[in-house]
Amino acid sequence: MHAPDGFIDAPVSAAAGLVAAGAVAVSLRGARRELGGTSRPSAAVSGGERTAPLAGLVAAFIFAVQMLNFPVAAGTSGHLLGGALAAILVGPYTGVLCVSVVLLMQAVLFADGGLTALGVNITDMAIVTTVVAYALFRGLVKVLPRTRRSVTAASFVAALVSVPASAVVFTLLYAIGGTTDVSIGRVATAMVGVHVLIGIGEAVITALTVGAVVAVRPDLVYGARGLQRKLRLRVNGELVDAPDSPEPVPAAARSHRKVWITGLAASLVLAGFVSFYASANPDGLEKVATDQGMDEKAEEHAISDSPLADYGVKDVDDARLSGGLAGVIGVGVTVVAGTGVFWAVRRRRSEDTDDATSPSGTSV
Amino acid sequence: MGAGHAHRLYRHGHSPVHALPPHTKLAAVLAFVVVVVSTPREAMWAFAVYAGLLALVAYAARVPAGFLLKRLLIEVPFVAFAVLLPFVAEGERVDVLGLSLSVNGLWGAWNVLAKGTLGVAASVLLASTTELRELLLGLQRLRLPPLLVQIASFMVRYGDVITDEMRRMRIARESRGFEARGMRHWGVLAKSAGALFIRSYERGERVHLAMVSRGYAGSMPVIDEATASRAQWSYALALPSAALVVCLLGWTL
Repeated sequence: MHAPDGFIDAPVSAAAGLVAAGAVAVSLRGARRELGGTSRPSAAVSGGERTAPLAGLVAAFIFAVQMLNFPVAAGTSGHLLGGALAAILVGPYTGVLCVSVVLLMQAVLFADGGLTALGVNITDMAIVTTVVAYALFRGLVKVLPRTRRSVTAASFVAALVSVPASAVVFTLLYAIGGTTDVSIGRVATAMVGVHVLIGIGEAVITALTVGAVVAVRPDLVYGARGLQRKLRLRVNGELVDAPDSPEPVPAAARSHRKVWITGLAASLVLAGFVSFYASANPDGLEKVATDQGMDEKAEEHAISDSPLADYGVKDVDDARLSGGLAGVIGVGVTVVAGTGVFWAVRRRRSEDTDDATSPSGTSV
Repeated sequence: MGAGHAHRLYRHGHSPVHALPPHTKLAAVLAFVVVVVSTPREAMWAFAVYAGLLALVAYAARVPAGFLLKRLLIEVPFVAFAVLLPFVAEGERVDVLGLSLSVNGLWGAWNVLAKGTLGVAASVLLASTTELRELLLGLQRLRLPPLLVQIASFMVRYGDVITDEMRRMRIARESRGFEARGMRHWGVLAKSAGALFIRSYERGERVHLAMVSRGYAGSMPVIDEATASRAQWSYALALPSAALVVCLLGWTL
């Protein structure tokens, strides 16, 4: 569901835009490693000249597969959203990038989703679906026995949860910056209810598709990379383990990145939600006061017969929520500024160590 | 890309709007939409003025009204949503034609409809007066990361190829007597999607190797550097500046 312009108010759209920009920036770096390290380990070091063609083609695939209609019943049909599928097939960073690019081109070319709502759309449809799906998928694959069937089962669950999760995030954004006072409970029930249904369809299709790819080219499925059996040779009628070939091990930077992402998520949650509840409590006393003041106001406005009558209520709500919003914006600004500094430093350092062989693809 | 590759949304022409550098147009549309979104919804006249401004641009770009209106159909799902709003929203209620509607919901519906429609119309005007390749160059000029622009251009370049591949797979299925009628057939469709992914990925690998063998090292050479003169910038930004004046009036009045 692509949100149009004017659906979410300007400050929340801007905050979501910052979050989206930060996530895309992180993904640009991550995708280089995900796509660079598959066949030539040296490519992962020198930069992502593999990234653009592969991610571009995967984005084209997502774009095309969204047009593949799956008939449900009685003339209705659904289609794939593709976030979970992309995360499992090509990895979370590339998944975020591909879905974001698809959303960007849909907004600019097809006017599908507003330009100002692009941040909101990328946050809930590209980032949340992909990250939730991939986290769940990895967790399940680790727990379940290492078979092909468990890959399929894990992708089913991952896709099933990812769609309602995106709906929940959209509802949250709507609760903070929605332009209409529909009760949040109702929005949440409707959104989550519908998206659980969509999620079931998405889950079935994703699981079947991942199953089809795993059956033919298991090496292409990023999420199932660790599951390959060891090569065994039949020597004199006996199966013998082949000697291990040195596998290209992904750089140890992963743990570092994990910490980074966890920190970002934690700070966003703290800033966005906890501060909201924290600030809601001391307001309890004030709220009684404003409730009484509000009555008078409402009467006045009822007399003046103006549609602004509801703004008294709206103002109170906004004041309560503004803490959480300010927190999210603060985290977003900090992350963007911090990342900018970090990149500048790192680029300088890498320019010092690398010589002219490193291509300009790393320039941002 | 030659003329044959121009996308269906682009409307070839030689109007002053077509001639503007792409990044000025992108900036203008983005600024215009931001201004529209931050206009208070009670200033109904302001939205009429915005629509008039867009109509002026459409006239200058020689985009016929029918074309524009047809493209506006993309927002139909949201019209449906907006129509629901007055029934479910809270707050004071008012009776219209025997229906109890929420005042707040009516304002919300108006808000979503007006701003959404203006945003879609602005984007449609942009897409119909700017070629795809130019749009991507414009995005690059606006400091979008080059890697992201490259991914987007690969997507645009191969989007039609992959879609055609999917169409050929459908024809192959149908010529063998397959017809997807219900959920029982999802397995076949999903296998097609899986095959499509493998084909796309392998095509990506081939494209990459072909490009590397021709000297690609991670960045595309910029051949047609798009620059904009001061006059072109001011011409393009006339739209958002006019909108800004209207917006400020809308807040003060």
